[in-house]
Amino acid sequence: MNDEPVIDVRGLTKNFGEKRVVDHFDVRVPRGAIYGFLGPNGSGKTTTIRMLCGLLTPDEGDGTCLGFDVRKQADQIKERVGYMTQKFSYYEDLSIRENLDFVARMYRLDRRRERVDAALTDLGLADRQKQLAGSLSGGWKQRLALAACLLHEPQLLLLDEPTAGVDPKARRDFWDEIRRLSAKGVTVLVSTHYMDEAIQCDFITYIAYGKKLIDGRAADIPGMVGLITYRVSGPDISELEARLRQEDGVVQVARFGSVLHVSGTDRSKLDAVAAAYRQDGTHEWTEKTSELEEAFIYLMAGARDNFARDAA
Amino acid sequence: MRFSFARFFAVLAKEFIQMRRDRVTFAMMIGLPIMQLLLFGFIINSDARHMPTLIEMSDDGPLTRAIISGMRVSDYFDIKGAVNGAAAGERALREGSASFVIIFPDNFEHDVIRGLKPNLLVVADASDPSAVGGAVGALSGIVQAAMAETFSGPLASLTPSPAPFGVSVQKMYNPEGKTSTNIVPALLAIILSMTLVMMTAVAIVKESERGTMEMLIATPVRPMEVMLGKILPYVFVGYVQTAVFLLTGLTLFGVPFEGSWWAFFVGFNLFIIVNLALGFLISAASRSQMQAMQLSMFTILPSVLLSGFLFPFAAMPGWAQILGNIVPATHFLRVVRIVMLKGGDIGDVAGEFWALLAILIVISTIAMLRYRLTLD
Repeated sequence: MNDEPVIDVRGLTKNFGEKRVVDHFDVRVPRGAIYGFLGPNGSGKTTTIRMLCGLLTPDEGDGTCLGFDVRKQADQIKERVGYMTQKFSYYEDLSIRENLDFVARMYRLDRRRERVDAALTDLGLADRQKQLAGSLSGGWKQRLALAACLLHEPQLLLLDEPTAGVDPKARRDFWDEIRRLSAKGVTVLVSTHYMDEAIQCDFITYIAYGKKLIDGRAADIPGMVGLITYRVSGPDISELEARLRQEDGVVQVARFGSVLHVSGTDRSKLDAVAAAYRQDGTHEWTEKTSELEEAFIYLMAGARDNFARDAA
Repeated sequence: MRFSFARFFAVLAKEFIQMRRDRVTFAMMIGLPIMQLLLFGFIINSDARHMPTLIEMSDDGPLTRAIISGMRVSDYFDIKGAVNGAAAGERALREGSASFVIIFPDNFEHDVIRGLKPNLLVVADASDPSAVGGAVGALSGIVQAAMAETFSGPLASLTPSPAPFGVSVQKMYNPEGKTSTNIVPALLAIILSMTLVMMTAVAIVKESERGTMEMLIATPVRPMEVMLGKILPYVFVGYVQTAVFLLTGLTLFGVPFEGSWWAFFVGFNLFIIVNLALGFLISAASRSQMQAMQLSMFTILPSVLLSGFLFPFAAMPGWAQILGNIVPATHFLRVVRIVMLKGGDIGDVAGEFWALLAILIVISTIAMLRYRLTLD
């Protein structure tokens, strides 16, 4: 089953009361990939992840996770998946060691002591193992949570906004660890709304209002969005930014330090704007390839264009 | 996937560690029973004594003196002094500085001897009926004794002749009429239902409120393992509280234990389980620890008021008795009183056991129907 996707679900749908939280969601996650779920808060990312690991039963749709039916084989899935919740969900009134030991016992792991010792050493918490988990800082809590959900050596990691409230250094370390795991063949599915995290992913799915808007290799996403972007630099950039927003054909103006990235979806209109401004000669306009950054700002802004349906 | 004892024991051990680290839980477990025992045991007294009393009298004959000294000796009245005029007596009653004003009319002694049957007026502050009842009851006996003592010889005819038959009351089970003998055993029912229901409910809801439930159910743990592992520690709490209760009740309050230990044992185990089931049900119905506490409050009030803990069950109106019969504490309270005070054995309390069992089945059925280990 090596070439089979690790996750392969179709038409996943979940309603909470009247509200449809996830709407006919399809996804295929290849083995060993880092797969990013992107989308604003409340777009259904968490609910989707919970359905994938058997915490929630889908109202509609079916499929497999690690080859097991997401509807009927939740128990087998739970044995093999590491799920890290959005909020720290270990016991704050237990020590670091007690937490790890408890999790190991839940999975009925053999060589428990050895595994917990190894996890503590990996974490660099061996000398603080008796400290209560509640007294750890955000970054350390996150590392403890990751260590805990790796104890049973899962083949698939589901990470729900793992770096929310964690400082940049800890976030970078965390991603180094994720890439190491991925290199070892662990498949990672991660939800986020940070752009710098999205860039780390091999594949990306963008979700809004419970629907998938776009889905593909990270490198292909800008092309799928179909933005044309100009890089603009020169004096009085703020004033220019305000003026450009009014122009027909300009869909988005994003500022990166002292330069503007001016994007649009209609090449002829955007070229016309560029030509007009070039005539003034005060600013330098150069066309650039659209990157993930522009694509995400565009997606996050909630622009729902035709591409969304075409790409999906 | 079968029930795993290893996982069950892991949940159990975790629960004990958390319980040990939570000082408030610990205080509730040991401190609350002791506090309740001391407060209820020492303070509640339905046979009130030492009521402040004022006397209004114009003459000071031997009969008057005999009555007053009889009152003094009785313990029911604390004679605070004399008062002059109706207005002063009324003010003392209103202020609460006196519970009784005894008014001897003018020429009282004289009129008694002449056979005019004057009235000895007892004005009582009856705003609290239980406070004056005992004293008023004692008063006629005191007056009788004073008359017999004062009027001897030729005046003996003034003493009323006794009734042609006697009434003798045999006070069973609590001959001294001590309120604590009645209240203290019943307190076990109140202590257990007050703490166990709330602690169980809060402990279970805590998992979902803190988000740890999500981590827990993402592991292969079975619902039954979580449920039993979380509930069983509170059986232990119930045992500790029962031990504290027995120790304090038997030694400090000298409450008798006349009946069968076996019946007591079965009874308190059954009652502990009923309370845990109730706590479990409450946890299934609440979303936060706060809600769980509030809902637990709803179970405490009926346990105190409808169970016959403070007021005689038989004296309650019919509808209240029907409601009272649904309250588990009602039945356990009877078990404790019957066993400890009346020397009952299993046979005497079998009816209460069946009632508890029926309540348990109903509560657990509803709780199990509501409890599911997914986030749906």
